[in-house]
Amino acid sequence: MEKMKLVMIGNGMAGARTLEELLKLAPGLYEITVFGAESYANYNRILLSQVLSGEQTIRSIMLNDVDWYAEKGITLHLNKPVAKINRAHRTVQTADGEITGYDRLIIATGSTPIILPVPGNDLEGVISFRSIHDVDAMIEASAKFGHAVVIGGGLLGLEAAYGLLSRGMDVTVVHLAEWLMERQLDQAAGRMLQKSLEAKGIKFLLQKQTECILGEGRARAIRFTDGTEIPAELVVMAAGIRPNAALAEAAGIHCNRGIVVNDTMQTYDPRIYAVGECASHRGVSYGLVAPLFEMAKVCANHLAELGIGRYTGSAISTKLKVTGIDLFSAGDFNGGEHAEEIVMHDTASGIYKKLVIKDNKLVGSILYGNTVDGAWYFQLLREGRDIADIRDSLLLGQNHLGNTGHQGENRAAAMPDSMEVCGCNGVTKGCIVKAIKEKGLFTLNDVRKHTKASASCGSCTGLVEQILASTLGGAYTPTPVEKPVCACTDHTHAEVRMAIRKHKLLTIPEVISFMEWSTPDGCASCRPALNYYLISTWPHEAKDDPRSRHINERVHANIQKLGDYSVVPRMWGGVTTPEQLRRIADVADKHQIPAIKVTGGQRIALAGIKKEDLPKVWGDLGMPSGYAYGKSLRSVKTCVGNAFCRFGTQNTLGMGIDLEKAFWGMWAPHKVKLGISGCPRNCSEAAIKDIGVIGVESGWEIYVAGNGGTKTEVAQFFAKVKTQEEVMEHAAAFLELYRQEGYYMERTAQWTQRVGLDYAKKRVVEDESNRKTLHQQLMQALEARKDPWEEFAVKGVEQQEFKVLEILDEVPL
Amino acid sequence: MNRWIKLAALDEIPPLGARVIRSATADIAVFRTAKDDVYALRDACPHKGGPLSQGMVAGNEVTCPLHGMRICLSDGKAVAPDNGCVTTYPVKVENGIVYLRI
Ligand code: SRM
Ligand SMILES: Cc1cc2nc3c(=O)[nH]c(=O)nc-3n(C[C@H](O)[C@H](O)[C@H](O)COP(=O)(O)OP(=O)(O)OC[C@H]3O[C@@H](n4cnc5c(N)ncnc54)[C@H](O)[C@@H]3O)c2cc1C
Ligand code: SF4
Ligand code: FES
Repeated sequence: MEKMKLVMIGNGMAGARTLEELLKLAPGLYEITVFGAESYANYNRILLSQVLSGEQTIRSIMLNDVDWYAEKGITLHLNKPVAKINRAHRTVQTADGEITGYDRLIIATGSTPIILPVPGNDLEGVISFRSIHDVDAMIEASAKFGHAVVIGGGLLGLEAAYGLLSRGMDVTVVHLAEWLMERQLDQAAGRMLQKSLEAKGIKFLLQKQTECILGEGRARAIRFTDGTEIPAELVVMAAGIRPNAALAEAAGIHCNRGIVVNDTMQTYDPRIYAVGECASHRGVSYGLVAPLFEMAKVCANHLAELGIGRYTGSAISTKLKVTGIDLFSAGDFNGGEHAEEIVMHDTASGIYKKLVIKDNKLVGSILYGNTVDGAWYFQLLREGRDIADIRDSLLLGQNHLGNTGHQGENRAAAMPDSMEVCGCNGVTKGCIVKAIKEKGLFTLNDVRKHTKASASCGSCTGLVEQILASTLGGAYTPTPVEKPVCACTDHTHAEVRMAIRKHKLLTIPEVISFMEWSTPDGCASCRPALNYYLISTWPHEAKDDPRSRHINERVHANIQKLGDYSVVPRMWGGVTTPEQLRRIADVADKHQIPAIKVTGGQRIALAGIKKEDLPKVWGDLGMPSGYAYGKSLRSVKTCVGNAFCRFGTQNTLGMGIDLEKAFWGMWAPHKVKLGISGCPRNCSEAAIKDIGVIGVESGWEIYVAGNGGTKTEVAQFFAKVKTQEEVMEHAAAFLELYRQEGYYMERTAQWTQRVGLDYAKKRVVEDESNRKTLHQQLMQALEARKDPWEEFAVKGVEQQEFKVLEILDEVPL
Repeated sequence: MNRWIKLAALDEIPPLGARVIRSATADIAVFRTAKDDVYALRDACPHKGGPLSQGMVAGNEVTCPLHGMRICLSDGKAVAPDNGCVTTYPVKVENGIVYLRI
């Protein structure tokens, strides 16, 4: 039997998705022909903003390239707009006259940007923001011209403005309303957004109406109705879109702004379907992909002759894709009569939260500055759940309901399966977990391919990665495309580590030539990483390369802003003696050291020392290096513990000193800090250390992967043990695993977020023999370590490093 | 000035490294690349004066140790996207000895 002919007009996000869904359900049912007006196959229009700002490339946003169509046996015509639909003959005709017959027709023509009807709107340099073509034009203009004006302060306009700003243009956004994104934000949030964008450098003219665009041939300036003018060699119209229904209207199909469809996406002509922004469903035309993808599913279901899907409309939420701005809006944020509002506005930290409640149900929400709970609120909103019982803590967010309070994978683990992760594609956590388990997925890209989660606007990528991590544990490695070591190579940290181990590479030149680096000596980013990978993989065999270390680690002191150095000696466990303090005082006097300071790490720093003086200072100090400069063991902070404290349960000083003496001189992917407390009051801040050990009556609790730095992370419970030996073994094994598998510059917190804490527990806590092996490996790697200060000062190695060159002679020309 | 200053044997400058000389007006960093090319630059980064001599050398660039600006050793210019420039001085190596002109 001959196959039915399916023709599709428009090859955008909704159309291509419909075909994907259809091929899943009924692969061989139709002979498919697609007409697209653009010269590209199917790409992710949403990410055009990132292409404009330079964060993505055209290649990276392609969804289905021409090969995909060929593979699926679909005839694809690019650059071929359809000009006419003839319903009587069931044919479509392209602009260049080609006629093709159909049994079923999909119209997926999207929408057309609104071009303001002002004089000058046809000048060169006046464009819209809709296609790759437009982005190309903007990038080109940004290279040649200085001033851009974006008309429209909605989502699209702001993303265009940010992109052009990233391209170095002077950008002004002109907006008719009183505040930005007035359809998604209330005044308070709109103003906050404006402030953040102003801080990035975008200028705003609100409540301004454009009168005309001036210029001869090319735009030069823009004039407003109040008579003012500003320069503009590029004018981007982002003042709204209109469903592209012209073809259907001309063919006599009922339209009302959009092409009117029923719940199965059929138009008034039952052979013809419409999906995407061109459709009007129950009076609504949508402008975001989430609803379009739902439509695609239903339409495909119907075309596959299953007839069970129904589209009943969508609630939508909005996010702005501007780097560094967190904004979420959903539902009815004005509320109106009988609505109650819960509002939190912290001007100092730039956080605004508004929840609108009606009849004990959440009906709208705006989040600004912190959007982690967006997905949760959106779920409550769509489910129409009664929130009376959680109302008191609703504003505090989902974490507050449980007692976790931790970032990352914990949050993913705590999410219910029914919770939606990817708003664009309507993918729930349960769906993702199921696909990971059943299909054996390992990477972000796998998940994108199989579930579509994170494949559209990308704002849920982090969450999907967390779900991968919490589902797979250590088997999870993040998407390789995301982290080449640096610009010298396409290889990732994981690949480099693996090659070094597998092929027993022992020097940096070997790695660089084996892995085909594009630069002869690497660069200041990759060389330190390679050096670390070599010495941690092949201790005693690979030789440390001082030229691949940052100056701090090369001269074992911390370079300061004027080019002199600070010196922080080790004080084991933070314990010192009068004799030591006297010596420090003497050294400071003798070498006229400008400043002595008690550090945040429970030690003493001598600051402002000239490089040439370092060896003498070290010699006079006679104390070992505290490695306050290195990706290595830093301080081990202790509290006094049961030696003095009335609450102390354990000997923290002994424990701290023993751990420090065991691990000093240990290089790691990043710095490592320990804290030992004698009771849960935790005076050594063990809860924000890479390893925190807290004494309790019955033994010790071990916490790992805390961080008190740039992004605070509370350490997570790792194991509870009885003896000091067990603490030592667990700590050593955890550190060795991190040393062997962490990526350079990844602290224990980021590392465990990536591989999953469960993975570390499996390898260290649950597997005793592996724990002992790791412990032993670390101790072997640390054999024969030498105190660098003693080497420089007493044994006199590398003296050249600290000496300036003298002039030997002068020779006339 | 019209004279060459005899500095040191090439071997006294580590490959992919630098040594410093103090002249009356400024510190000067003398670099040696992996290919044994030698360059001399004023030892002050155009950004905030960081000592370039203490940076990491790769190819014919040095990365400033303070905030990571990259400077081209042959012309003293900052590598894009950064802007800025430091003074360079003529150098030559003869019979394994490094000479500098200031
Ligand atoms: C000296 C000290 C500040 C003080 O005056 O007290 C200090 C000084 C520096 N810290 Fe720190 N940190 C000092 C305690 C801390 C602490 C508190 C602590 O250790 O308990 C933290 C937060 C805890 C943590 O690390 O989790 C801390 C978090 C950082 C960070 C952020 C790390 C992160 O993972 O986000 C950096 C940046 C980095 O390492 O990449 C940093 C980097 C630096 C550098 C090395 C910046 C640099 O590269 O030049 C500073 C050197 C200044 C100098 O002139 O020597 N410093 N730094 C403290 C030395 C402690 C010691 O005895 O070793
Ligand atoms: C810069 C930008 C950022 C965006 N950001 C987001 C976001 O963060 N989140 C979100 O959900 N949505 C976002 N959107 C909106 C989203 O991209 C659209 O909702 C979605 O692409 C609409 O899909 P569609 O298939 O209906 O239309 P389109 O993707 O526009 O596809 C329609 C296609 O049909 C073609 N066509 C039109 N007429 C004809 C004809 N006569 N013959 C042949 N072909 C024809 C067009 O050339 C076009 O390729 C953004 C849009 C843009 C432009
Ligand atoms: S917080 Fe640390 S890195 Fe920042 S200025 Fe102080 S010492 Fe330097
Ligand atoms: S001083 Fe050199 S980069 Fe800042």
